[in-house]
Amino acid sequence: MYTKVKLENLNVHFGSNHAVRDVSIDFPENSVTAIIGPSGCGKSTVLRSINRMHDLAPAARVTGKILLDDSDIYDKGVDPVSIRRRVGMVFQKPNPFPAMSIYDNVIAGYKLNGRVNRAEADEIVESSLKRVALWDEVKDRLKSNAMELSGGQQQRLCIARTIAVKPEVILMDEPASALDPLSTLKIEELIEELKEKYTIIIVTHNMQQAARVSDITAFFYLGELIECGETRKIFTTPDQKQTEDYITGRFG
Amino acid sequence: MRSVTLRKANNLLMTALMVAATLSVLVPLAFIFVHIIKMGLSSISLDFFTQIPKPTGETGGGMANGIVGSAVMIAMASLLGLPIGIFGAIYLAEYGGSRISSVIRFAADVLSGIPSIITGMVAYTLLVVPMKGFSALAGSVALAMIMIPIVLRTTEEQLKMVPGSLREASLALGVPLWRTSLKVTLRSAMTGVMTGILLAIARVAGETAPLLFTALGNQFWSRKLTEPMAAMPLQIFSFAISPYEDWHRLAWAGALVLVTVMFSLSLAARYFGRSRQKG
Repeated sequence: MYTKVKLENLNVHFGSNHAVRDVSIDFPENSVTAIIGPSGCGKSTVLRSINRMHDLAPAARVTGKILLDDSDIYDKGVDPVSIRRRVGMVFQKPNPFPAMSIYDNVIAGYKLNGRVNRAEADEIVESSLKRVALWDEVKDRLKSNAMELSGGQQQRLCIARTIAVKPEVILMDEPASALDPLSTLKIEELIEELKEKYTIIIVTHNMQQAARVSDITAFFYLGELIECGETRKIFTTPDQKQTEDYITGRFG
Repeated sequence: MRSVTLRKANNLLMTALMVAATLSVLVPLAFIFVHIIKMGLSSISLDFFTQIPKPTGETGGGMANGIVGSAVMIAMASLLGLPIGIFGAIYLAEYGGSRISSVIRFAADVLSGIPSIITGMVAYTLLVVPMKGFSALAGSVALAMIMIPIVLRTTEEQLKMVPGSLREASLALGVPLWRTSLKVTLRSAMTGVMTGILLAIARVAGETAPLLFTALGNQFWSRKLTEPMAAMPLQIFSFAISPYEDWHRLAWAGALVLVTVMFSLSLAARYFGRSRQKG
């Protein structure tokens, strides 16, 4: 399978804290890779280095390579903005823009960049909302404020906003951890559908969720990648003792 | 039993002290208001808003040129000061390295503590002397220098209160930081920023000292921004110290109008502040 994103000897430091240690891992295209591990193991830090979100934290230092289609996104002269247009991100807490309508939230990626053609926008909004199965719930109130939606709807709106700008990779940072079980189920179904078109990397605390949605699972502990492989294998016959201890709930 | 009595007495004494302290703040304020309203209302007329001051000896006249002059200079000061203050605040809150930011912050705090007459002297040296004349332009620059630190610091505080998740949401969509700062962060903080702007305007609306040797004042209409221009506080000042009864009345009317304007601005600022809290 084609490797969409490849991490080579990635290290991330925050000041004197060595948060991610020498991580190398391949993320195949059109598949879901789950990153699991106890709190503070560096899984979110790895995720946020893939769309250069650390650029804004002055204390963060990223070394090593992250290849997106074989070119290093940390090369000199690479504009982080152009990377973020190709690598979208969904956050832990639903974060729609509070001052915008549902419609404006979906089209925000275009509108904030100053280019919108009315007819084109209508089409993007409709297809994006249909894709996240939110269209039927909101089509009659596209102009109402996004904050009126429930938490689960808000998170699907955020996913719609992310896919509206047509990324190639979608990063998800515990996208369902703030949601109720039914909304979580909807998000998981959505992830299943989205992988046909995108490369998805999801950080999750919930091991059942990792087992349900992912094709590949990577286990992190104390900033290091302990084990990575097919999800079924990781959850049934892991090679490493630490992985087994974690998934069977002996620690973490 | 005795300790309870003592405690109650103590409580009563403290309450009385605090009520007294509150009253000592409110009484002068109420006194000023009542006096200005009483003196102002008996002196104000339609002419006050439409006429320029009459020559000495003639009765009547108004402060129309002062009202317009103040409006013009405040507008120009806002035009100069607001962009500098707001963009500076965006730099401090969104971009600045810690070292430069703390220097700028300190400088702004010092600037806002400088007596306004000194600000007037700076504008005098920078503009009045080289241009060889008092002007509305110099007055506006002096007022802008007072507005900048106020707007800068309040805007920065408001921007910092915008949750980081909103910034990240925008950046993750591939929106550059400068567009994110303007269209997401600043817009989210807008009600709070408006409060700061209104307070800054209210502050400079009443400033007299920085205009004394910049705009100078004018008994007539000014046709150019490079001419001396009348302003309400200046006219109140010069009329109040004049020996003419009629001019005193104009000064009282002017004081009433000025206080009313500033009071409304403060109320508007509070209104913005409150609608922000409701979210």
